[in-house]
Amino acid sequence: MVTNITNPGRSGLADWLIQRVSAVILALYTLFIVGYLLFNPGLDYIAWSGLFSQAWMRIFSLLAFVSLAAHAWVGLWIVTTDYLNKWVGIRLAVQTFIILAVFVFLVWGIQVLWGA
Amino acid sequence: MNSKRPINLDLATIQFPLPALTSIAHRISGVILFIGLIFAFWALDKSLSSPQGFDAVRDTLAHNILAKLVAWGMLSALAVHFVAGVKHLLMDLHIGVTLEGGLRKAQITVVASAVLVILAGVWVW
Repeated sequence: MVTNITNPGRSGLADWLIQRVSAVILALYTLFIVGYLLFNPGLDYIAWSGLFSQAWMRIFSLLAFVSLAAHAWVGLWIVTTDYLNKWVGIRLAVQTFIILAVFVFLVWGIQVLWGA
Repeated sequence: MNSKRPINLDLATIQFPLPALTSIAHRISGVILFIGLIFAFWALDKSLSSPQGFDAVRDTLAHNILAKLVAWGMLSALAVHFVAGVKHLLMDLHIGVTLEGGLRKAQITVVASAVLVILAGVWVW
C-alpha cells in the first residue's frame, strides 16, 4: 500500500480533474488576452488599466491566476515525480520550491489586480 | 512501493514515436512557461502600475532584442502547450484514441504548433 503524501489533489482522479478544469479556464483566458492585444495594436495605458479596473476582468483574471496556480502545481508535481524519481531529497526540495513559487505568483497576481 | 511496477525506465534507450515527442514537448513547454511567468507577471505588474510603467514595457518589447526573444519564446511555449493541451482534452473525450488517430493528432499538433510559433514571431517583430 503506497500512500502518496505530496500530490496536490491527494488522489490521482482529483489531480486529473483539477488539471482539466484549470486548463479550460486558462485556455479561455489566453484566447481573450491574446485576442485583446491583437485587436488593439495601438493600446495605451488608459485602455489597458481601464480593462483591468473592470470588476469582471479582475474576477476573470483572479480565476485564471488561481487556475494557473493549481495547473502549475499538478503539472510540475507530475514532471518532478517522473524525472526526479531516484532522488527523494532533491525532489522534495524542488517540489517545496515550486509550491513556494506558485504561492508567490498567486499573491503577486492578486496585488497587481487590486493594487499594491 | 510495489517493486514489480515498471518504473525507472531508461529514457535514453527508448525510441520515441511522434506522439511521445509531442508529449515530451508538452511537458518541456509547461516547465518553460512556469519559469517565464516571472517575466509575464513583471510585464503585467509594470504595465498596470503607471503610464510611465506601461510605456517602459511597450518600449522594451519594441526595441530590446532580448525582451523580444523572451516574448517569442513564451508565446511559442504557450502555443505548443495550448495545442498539445487541446489534443489531450480530445483524448479525454475519446476522440481519435486509436494508433492511427494518435499519430494523426500528433502530426496535426506539430504542424499547428509550428504555424503558431511562426505567427508569434511575426507578431513580436
